[in-house]
Amino acid sequence: MGEEVILLDFWPSMFRMRVRIALAEKGVKYEYRDEDLLKGGKSRYLLQVNPAHKKIPVLIHNGKPISKSSIIVQYINEVWNDKAPLLPSNPYERAQARVWTDYIDKKVYDAGRKLWTTTGEEQEAAKKDFFEIFKTLEGQLGGEPYFGEENLGYVDVYLIPYYCWFHAYETMANISMEGECPKLVAWAKRCAQKKSVSESLVDEKKISGFVLK
Amino acid sequence: MAEEVKLLKTWSSLFGLRIVWALKLKGIQFDSIDEDLTNKSPLLLQYNPVYKKVPVLVHNGKSISESLVIIEYIDETWKQNPLLSQDPYEKAMARFWAKFGDDKVLSSIWSVFINQGKEQEEALQVAMENLKLLEENLKGKKFFGGEKIGFLDLALGWLANLICVLEELSDIKIIDKERFPLLLGWMQEFSQAPLINESWPPREKLLTKFQIMRENQSL
Repeated sequence: MGEEVILLDFWPSMFRMRVRIALAEKGVKYEYRDEDLLKGGKSRYLLQVNPAHKKIPVLIHNGKPISKSSIIVQYINEVWNDKAPLLPSNPYERAQARVWTDYIDKKVYDAGRKLWTTTGEEQEAAKKDFFEIFKTLEGQLGGEPYFGEENLGYVDVYLIPYYCWFHAYETMANISMEGECPKLVAWAKRCAQKKSVSESLVDEKKISGFVLK
Repeated sequence: MAEEVKLLKTWSSLFGLRIVWALKLKGIQFDSIDEDLTNKSPLLLQYNPVYKKVPVLVHNGKSISESLVIIEYIDETWKQNPLLSQDPYEKAMARFWAKFGDDKVLSSIWSVFINQGKEQEEALQVAMENLKLLEENLKGKKFFGGEKIGFLDLALGWLANLICVLEELSDIKIIDKERFPLLLGWMQEFSQAPLINESWPPREKLLTKFQIMRENQSL
């Protein structure tokens, strides 16, 4: 059966990187359409397929749209279930993976953003907060190579796009990711060696350039 | 092996209520522990060290937090009376609308409740746009889950009870019959369903609690 898979997104979006990694892990062929959110709003196609959120990324599979990266990645995992399982088969471990991606959703983006939107004392507090979050995540890794243990899993796919933001964080806030979270940086480099990841991550200098604008 | 299932929640917690419903619909025996969040028990701190929040499900000593994650765990562990469809697209839609309910609908309705005047009017517009999307979701269905109560009904279930409480306290109609006939119909069907009906927290207590919350917001 002919499958039609389209991904609508905006290039620096880390949320789309997750979806790209998941699709690559599963070996799914897809068409990518760039929505330039800065150039003048959303295309009619986007508004038509995603009225609820008018947000990206949106995956369109055989004409059916799905949005929100956490939901898209789980969907990809369930549909293309013949290889590279991203979630464990044990319900308790699956629940833990979902709790950690929820944690990443709730905490990481805002904490990162505060690093460049605050100064002085506020920024110092933001840095503290930021590292507390990353150290918690680092703790979750334990002694395993990936959050998914032996292989790339849901949490890895969810968190790794932030790796291309490390350079921006370090520049804007004068911090060292490797200094504070060496295990996490080692994990990130390990993930980046995988083709599905290296081909999906945006170049970190491009991100820094984008943030500095 | 005897299963040990504990649920840590608060008496009024809407998210905790979802778990009560899920467990009851599956016919699972459980112990319910109502926490006082101003004085968190060692049990709560032990089982949810990261967030220190409720609800928390403890199954044979292992804890899970985040109510929507808990419901999926329950559905995957106890297979009778399934709450989520097996179809990946249907599942994705249920998950999406559940998150939409938590992220958008709840906050927009809360805005209507705690604001006054122009801000309240604006909040009401936003809330109605969000509710319209839910109304569309109900077309041709008795419940969000179809013929039977499912994951999305449990996720949105708080609407069926809280709306009446908030409308009474703020003297403003949010879900009216002309605009939201299907939603009103669902609210009635859902709240009167046997296992759902018996679990609502006492209405008078809820009225008092939310009245206080509203007053504190305007301080």
